[in-house]
Amino acid sequence: MSNLLKNIIRFAIFILFQVFVLDNIPPLHRFIVPYLYFLFILWLPFKISRGGLSLLGFLFGLTLDFFTKTPGLHAAACTLIAYIRPFVIGLLMPKEAYEISYAEPSITSMGLMPYSVYVLILTILHHAYLVFLEWLEFGDFFYFLGKVFATTGISLLLILITEILFVRKSRYRTNVA
Amino acid sequence: MRNIFLFIARFSNLFFFLLLQAVALTMLFRYNKFHEAAYMNVANEATGKVFLRYNGIQTYFSLKKENDKLREQNARLMNMLKVDFNAPDSSLQLITDTIRVDSIEQYRKFLFLPAKVIGNSVDAQNNYLTLHRGSNQGVDVNMAVVGPEGIIGKVINVSPNMSVVMSLLHRKNSVVALLKKGSGFGEVIWDGKDPRFVTLTKIPRTIKINKGDTVVTSPYSDIFPAGQVVGFVEEVAEEKSTSVYSLKVRTATNFYSVQHAYIVKNLQKSEMDSLLTKVKKD
Repeated sequence: MSNLLKNIIRFAIFILFQVFVLDNIPPLHRFIVPYLYFLFILWLPFKISRGGLSLLGFLFGLTLDFFTKTPGLHAAACTLIAYIRPFVIGLLMPKEAYEISYAEPSITSMGLMPYSVYVLILTILHHAYLVFLEWLEFGDFFYFLGKVFATTGISLLLILITEILFVRKSRYRTNVA
Repeated sequence: MRNIFLFIARFSNLFFFLLLQAVALTMLFRYNKFHEAAYMNVANEATGKVFLRYNGIQTYFSLKKENDKLREQNARLMNMLKVDFNAPDSSLQLITDTIRVDSIEQYRKFLFLPAKVIGNSVDAQNNYLTLHRGSNQGVDVNMAVVGPEGIIGKVINVSPNMSVVMSLLHRKNSVVALLKKGSGFGEVIWDGKDPRFVTLTKIPRTIKINKGDTVVTSPYSDIFPAGQVVGFVEEVAEEKSTSVYSLKVRTATNFYSVQHAYIVKNLQKSEMDSLLTKVKKD
């Protein structure tokens, strides 16, 4: 399956799963909102230009926004993590190590620790920005902090489950074909 | 000049990112203007179709519960029928009513239009529902929406076949309500925290309030019919500095499982509005 087709299918599945499954879960606590959809951006291939990544993040977030009737909210958060992503990868990995060998970020391509840190940073950023935008409208600082941490926790759990359930076969690419 | 271009080229990614952020934030903070814009209608119609497909399957899982709710409502309505009331005979003769049966129809104020809920959210700070009934079927903005158990919200946007409802669980929502047992007008607002509870503010301290009291819509609203149930008092909190209560109210409608709703059309609204504008003009 080509990379493009694979990512188009992922786009649709992540949006539908978020809207119809996760958003329908009765809340356990007011701090906890299960978010998984942004994993799509974390899983995008290495070889997308930075401008392209930002645009894709924006469109992806906006698609979810049309379902949740909050135009701009998720789009802003997704654009942020899509823009920050290359910097985080650059910090965690020497450039030669991954880009030549693997298509996209995963445990096998980056190693367990760097990949976990990468997921952690972007998840916290995403939630912090998202809850911050909501908080601007309501304004309660402890609510803000609590929601960021609780939501990050639940998201990390969901990502862990997803990584275990759907093992992505990251092919080791041999020399130029 | 050349340096400026070089500068822009060097930071083109950053500028592009900032541009996208600006677009997103403008959309977010000017939503009230945007949801009237045409593209939101198109988006509603499109996402509405997806919701509709999903809803077709989802409804089966709660058929029984929904059935019970509707039966309960049926029973309540049937209990209000005139035939239910039969006073012991105090007269000697049977009087036949000669008035036309539907003579009261011309005085009708509220018309209830049934609609199916196909999209719903409770998790966000501003929640919306999507109904499968739009302007082609007589829905207009600013109509009230009530469910079998209690009020739900009001319509804020319509497309030909769908409409979007601002739920009671919305930051900008405010419904004038009073306690069923006595007077005391207040405003129902939502603090954005727990979707099961709303807050009834501005109730004067002079009224004695018990847990479980019913909160209903006020008769002065031109959107909501009078006496629709909003919820039940759960907790009474005194605001020490002022002379009013702020009540925690459990919503009558269970927003997690709302499936059917009635859009309430006020048939006398245009007359009322024209009168009001005339008064304001003078």
